[in-house]
Amino acid sequence: MSAHVLSTTAGVEDVVAVIVLLSEFAMLRAPLLRSQVRLYAFQSLAVSALAVVVAATRHVGDIYVLAGLSFLLKAVIVPLVIMRLLRDVDVDLVGSSKLGVASSTLVALAVSIFGFFSVGSLRVRGAALPTTTLAVASAVVLVGFVLIVLRSDVVSQAMGFFSLENGVSVASLAIAAGLPLVVELTFLFDLLVAVVAFGIIMRVHHGRSKTLSTDELDRLRG
Amino acid sequence: MGWVLIALLIAPFFVGAASLVLPVKAAKVIAPVSGAASFVLVLSLVPAVISHGHVAAGSELRVDALSTVFLVATSFLYFSAALFSAGYLDLQPGAAGERYGRRFYAGLHVFCWAMLAAPLVSGLALLWVAVEVTTVVSALLVAIDDTDTATEAAWKYVLIASMGLGIALFATVVLYYAGTSVFGAGFQLTYAKMLEGARHLPPDVMRLAFVLAVLGYGTKMGLVPVHTWLPDAHSEAPTPVSALLSGALLATSFYAILRFYQLTSAAIGSTYPRNVLLVVGLASLLLAALYLTRQRDMKRMLAYSSVEHMGILAIGMSFGVTLAFVGVLLHVLAHAAAKGTAFFGAGSVLRKFGSKDMAVLRGGVNALPWSGSMLVAAVLALSAMPPFGLFRSEFLIVAGGLSDPRYGVAAVLVALAAVAFLGLAWSTTQTMLTTGRRSADPGAPSEADALALAVPGVQAAALTPERTSGAVDVRTSEPAHRPANVITKGNVITKGEVSPWIVASMGLGIVALVILGVHLPADLSRLLDDAARQLRRPA
Repeated sequence: MSAHVLSTTAGVEDVVAVIVLLSEFAMLRAPLLRSQVRLYAFQSLAVSALAVVVAATRHVGDIYVLAGLSFLLKAVIVPLVIMRLLRDVDVDLVGSSKLGVASSTLVALAVSIFGFFSVGSLRVRGAALPTTTLAVASAVVLVGFVLIVLRSDVVSQAMGFFSLENGVSVASLAIAAGLPLVVELTFLFDLLVAVVAFGIIMRVHHGRSKTLSTDELDRLRG
Repeated sequence: MGWVLIALLIAPFFVGAASLVLPVKAAKVIAPVSGAASFVLVLSLVPAVISHGHVAAGSELRVDALSTVFLVATSFLYFSAALFSAGYLDLQPGAAGERYGRRFYAGLHVFCWAMLAAPLVSGLALLWVAVEVTTVVSALLVAIDDTDTATEAAWKYVLIASMGLGIALFATVVLYYAGTSVFGAGFQLTYAKMLEGARHLPPDVMRLAFVLAVLGYGTKMGLVPVHTWLPDAHSEAPTPVSALLSGALLATSFYAILRFYQLTSAAIGSTYPRNVLLVVGLASLLLAALYLTRQRDMKRMLAYSSVEHMGILAIGMSFGVTLAFVGVLLHVLAHAAAKGTAFFGAGSVLRKFGSKDMAVLRGGVNALPWSGSMLVAAVLALSAMPPFGLFRSEFLIVAGGLSDPRYGVAAVLVALAAVAFLGLAWSTTQTMLTTGRRSADPGAPSEADALALAVPGVQAAALTPERTSGAVDVRTSEPAHRPANVITKGNVITKGEVSPWIVASMGLGIVALVILGVHLPADLSRLLDDAARQLRRPA
């Protein structure tokens, strides 16, 4: 593969990774829980697309399987589970953020810039590090943290965790594309188990407090 | 011996699945049997591991001395927690109690299964998967009581621990990336393989992987500043689960960190990972020692004591000498036994008095002659008093620190451990060793008042002489098993143990602590030495 082709495909990967990051920013400002879940589904779609790009350009056939399953799980099953919860509890509360849209976006920007620079400061001899994609991936992870911290309802916090996981998936596609398929599939299976547990606890929480807000979860302290 | 690994990997899971359909009475008996069988199987591995260095089954399962130490701790607690559960669970008759019991036992087995699987697997990716499964299952177990506080604790736990494990997954991916620069793409991410090529791993990438691993797995291990879920989950979970969380789960996460430590120190030398562990260890020890002195909730106090002991483990690793490593690994075993016993004692108190509020509870040993005394013994063990195992292990750690030499750190460790001792011992002795009346309180109600104040159910239980089992049998409609949190005033509690099962499980822990402290069996001692050498092994 010539250097030119290599840089073009790396460019495509970067673009898709940036789309993942941008959808995370959109989640940060999405006022409705439903729109947040839709954005997550879109983000997962982008991650699956990234997997297809990686599979095609690096000729790793296994990753097509991974892309298909990750699409099925993250873009279909997880959003469906959460949407069903939202329908059952019949709440779609608006804007539970602790900061305004502008301030939270600024915080997220600051955090992403931090992520960019810390990855940029890594020095690796030998193998070429796909620095840009990795930097974007760490930004996705960090903005996921911001989302969890700033939102005070269980659905947004869960979505924050799942999008954080998407960030790790981007990183894994960028730098560990050769990870054995069976391992990748176990990761996905694990995510499935996690979403079930999150769902159960969210339902229990709603059953007890009749709300999805986490504001009341302050009894245990000290 | 490979079949032992396969049996350990399969049996608890199927026992868990069976518990979901069997009647609770059967599950109650099967659980200790399964626990005991696991413990015996693990012990049978010890001689083979000592003589051959490792035991493997296929390419995915492999245990060496280091993983065996953690298997011993987990399977021991599996056994004793199952024993304890038989006495602790107070199920309502009827469908609700039956459903609770089935879910509880299924969860208990699957939780232990995942914790046993973590040290069994040979790869870092599967290790992550096992630890993530422990999170999911134990979060559901924390939520099982279906109270407001349990739900809050479960949510905080599942969210914070999952975030931490997200970071740990990142660490695993970064480590894999480090490996590709040596082995090329598509290799198996096992420790054995990574250790072979450790010298050529890129240093910056390894540093990043190690810090991410300490942050990620450290969240599950309860290291400050990412420990915040721990006191909540440990205090609100059913007591057998609290014991497993504290004694086995934290250790399992520590095991994951040790694997990263092993690889990182082989790749770039031990100075960097030791310094990282020193910082988080000191922070954990300091914060936990301070919080320990102001706890009212008995289980919450024990939870902070776990943070303290995890801090001691991290500091012990930072000393970087074999002596300290032996101490650290012994500490893992002794802490499992001591913290299990202490939680079982707290569970016994909770069942007896319907409360775990140490500001109100008095006269514990009077009411619970056996489990109360063993609770005090376990707390003394946790404070590193001889003749218990933790005295020996902390002694080794401090001695390692003095030979490193890091006099300052060793001195700080001893000082903070003393503060923690004061906090633990003061509140426990206040609660357990005083007489039944609250003489310290000037406005304390007289006995007649106390009876009048007490909830009718408590009076009925206390005044009926034939209820020698003494369990305060107050059941509200809400939880399917849990004794209501009735603060009993005065001494309306009769003398007598809640259940012989509880006494047996605690006795087991005390015996283990004394064995570890007084006369370490030769094989175990050999195992600890081998494991410590593994951590020291240069690249």
